Amino acid sequence: MHTLKERALHPLRPNRYQTFDVLKDISFHVGRGEFFGIAGRNGSGKSTLLKCLAGIYGVNEGRIWVDGRLSTFIELGVGFNQDLAARDNVVLNGIMMGLSPRESRRRVDEVIDFAELREFEELKLKNYSSGMHVRLAFSVAIQVDADVLLVDEVLAVGDAAFQQKCFDVFHRMRDEGRTIVFVTHDMGSLNRFCHRALLLERGEMVHLGEPHEVADRYLEINFGRTESAGSAADSGRVGDGDARVVEAWIEDEHGQRPASVAQGQRIALKALVRFSAAVEDPAASLYVLNEDHLAIVVATSAREHEQSGRFAAGEELLLSFSFENVLAPGRYNPLFTLAHRGTGMDLIDRLEGAFSFVVTGPEAMGGAVDLPVEVTISRSQAELPAISRA
Amino acid sequence: MSTETSALEGLAPQAAPFEGLGRPIKGPGALIRDWRRFWHLTYNIARNEFKLKFFGSVLGYVWQVMRPLLLFGVLYVFFVVISHVGRGGKPSEHAYGVQLLGSIVLFTFFAEATGGSVRSVVDRENLVRKIQFPRLVIPLAMVLLSFFNLMMNLVVVLIFALISGVHPMLSWLEVPLILAMLVLFSTGMAMLLSALFVRFRDIQPIWEVVSQIVFYGSPVIIPIQKVRETLIEGHHHDQLLYHLYMLNPLVTVFQQFRHAVVTHATLSAGQALGSWAALLEPLALVLAVFALGFWVFNRSAPFVAENL
Repeated sequence: MHTLKERALHPLRPNRYQTFDVLKDISFHVGRGEFFGIAGRNGSGKSTLLKCLAGIYGVNEGRIWVDGRLSTFIELGVGFNQDLAARDNVVLNGIMMGLSPRESRRRVDEVIDFAELREFEELKLKNYSSGMHVRLAFSVAIQVDADVLLVDEVLAVGDAAFQQKCFDVFHRMRDEGRTIVFVTHDMGSLNRFCHRALLLERGEMVHLGEPHEVADRYLEINFGRTESAGSAADSGRVGDGDARVVEAWIEDEHGQRPASVAQGQRIALKALVRFSAAVEDPAASLYVLNEDHLAIVVATSAREHEQSGRFAAGEELLLSFSFENVLAPGRYNPLFTLAHRGTGMDLIDRLEGAFSFVVTGPEAMGGAVDLPVEVTISRSQAELPAISRA
Repeated sequence: MSTETSALEGLAPQAAPFEGLGRPIKGPGALIRDWRRFWHLTYNIARNEFKLKFFGSVLGYVWQVMRPLLLFGVLYVFFVVISHVGRGGKPSEHAYGVQLLGSIVLFTFFAEATGGSVRSVVDRENLVRKIQFPRLVIPLAMVLLSFFNLMMNLVVVLIFALISGVHPMLSWLEVPLILAMLVLFSTGMAMLLSALFVRFRDIQPIWEVVSQIVFYGSPVIIPIQKVRETLIEGHHHDQLLYHLYMLNPLVTVFQQFRHAVVTHATLSAGQALGSWAALLEPLALVLAVFALGFWVFNRSAPFVAENL
């Protein structure tokens, strides 16, 4: 019903409004000086929650309290007008954010200097490059000194150097004891900044606690959904078929079969093999492939269990490959092979794509595995005499 | 109803631990407690719009003054020079050009303030969705912007009046009161239109037509004496239509402006209405429109961001 005509033509048609509860049963408390994260998938209601906190959307039920001056930082450069000079925009933006005109005018110079745009302050915004635009918007936003800041994924913009500047500012604010509520779906920055975090899913609270717990749950929800079924696809199956891997799965420390596993846990990849003919001393191997189809982990029973024994038709065998999970965060596909004794070329069965699992971790460093590396930096004074001698 | 009561019951026992948590966050509204901030916002938005409007063009402010003057020129040539409207040589037609220009300038304010407000809230979606500020600021800034223009145009009217042989009169002191009525009426319409436009997008074309009707339905071109002669004293004799005509608050505003500023020979609003007591009718209408406009805007303000 957006026009009077529709209403006049269909006076009896009821208004087809669909009510949709975006947020349900949300309750949390953020203490003074806390850096609080709100995480969730797209459409989970995290931005709506932030707008409710900011007073931009009204809530139908429930209440929100704030102690201190609140400033919202939902998008960079809200209300910037392309046809006005940077100076005018900065003043107006300050007033919109709650400063008095005098205060706002007094701060213009600070803002322009922080953005390093002194020479361009009288230039209209439409003549600015996008980088200059972002710099100006960001420095406007951080000049509004509030006790409580509501921040929505603004860190996603800008180049690496600018992001670093943002991070520095957030570190500084955190150290100054300001309260920051931060919405994100970047688990790296969640872990880096937040003291505590809240995970939303379909408008409901899923988890409230330590950032790394929230990050793990987030990844679990995010990737768990697309987890493939446990039964093996028979396509591309090679080998003489004297035995078949009938089931394969992953187990965590507690014997559960999760869809995702956290880094640092001990995990076991297991498979059940059923024989349809007698086989003597079979050898089993495991390949763990990453998303680029590179074998990150390869293990075989041929070394330690050369004489694995004789299996008759109908017998079953349980394989278990267990290791400390040092895999980098991402999705992995295990591949099991079973071969006759000997060179390992005489394949009985090969199972790929039975299932995949996700490794969750605080931060993707970029390596294929995250080994516990000890890093030290020290001045190498021992070298100095050697140089002087030469 | 039942969900509401259960929600309240659920909250009641918890109310105590929430004390000392600071101020509650209310959703968005039309107004805020801090009147100074409200004024600063309105003033600065209007100021920036004003800058934007004129800094881009070569002649800048001149255009703003030229627009009513050009309209005046066209109307003057066709109606006064060619059709001899206001050239009967009667004392009430003294300095008819000034009377015409004055009405045009006042009407221009009304048309700009209301027409500019219709889309104002929707066009500032970006602000409404992302910053918490009193929503009423937006239409009021548009009215204020039009008021800046009105002040500039009135200077032109003053100069034109002095050139045309109008002598300064004590009744010029009535002008602020006349303008107050005009501004109040325009603000009421601005609030009403901008709030309705969020839900009904056909308000804009409808209002454009209504503005045109109002232009011809008030003493801009045709002097009120002529309307009176035709509808009351002439053989048409339509008391009701004349009553309706006089109900339009702009008729009172324009006519009293002509009477107070240009010549006492033309009818005052009171004379045109029959008695000064009858002035209560258009005044009541102005207050009613203002109250209705505020009520509608205030009611829709909390949901503007969602309904855009």
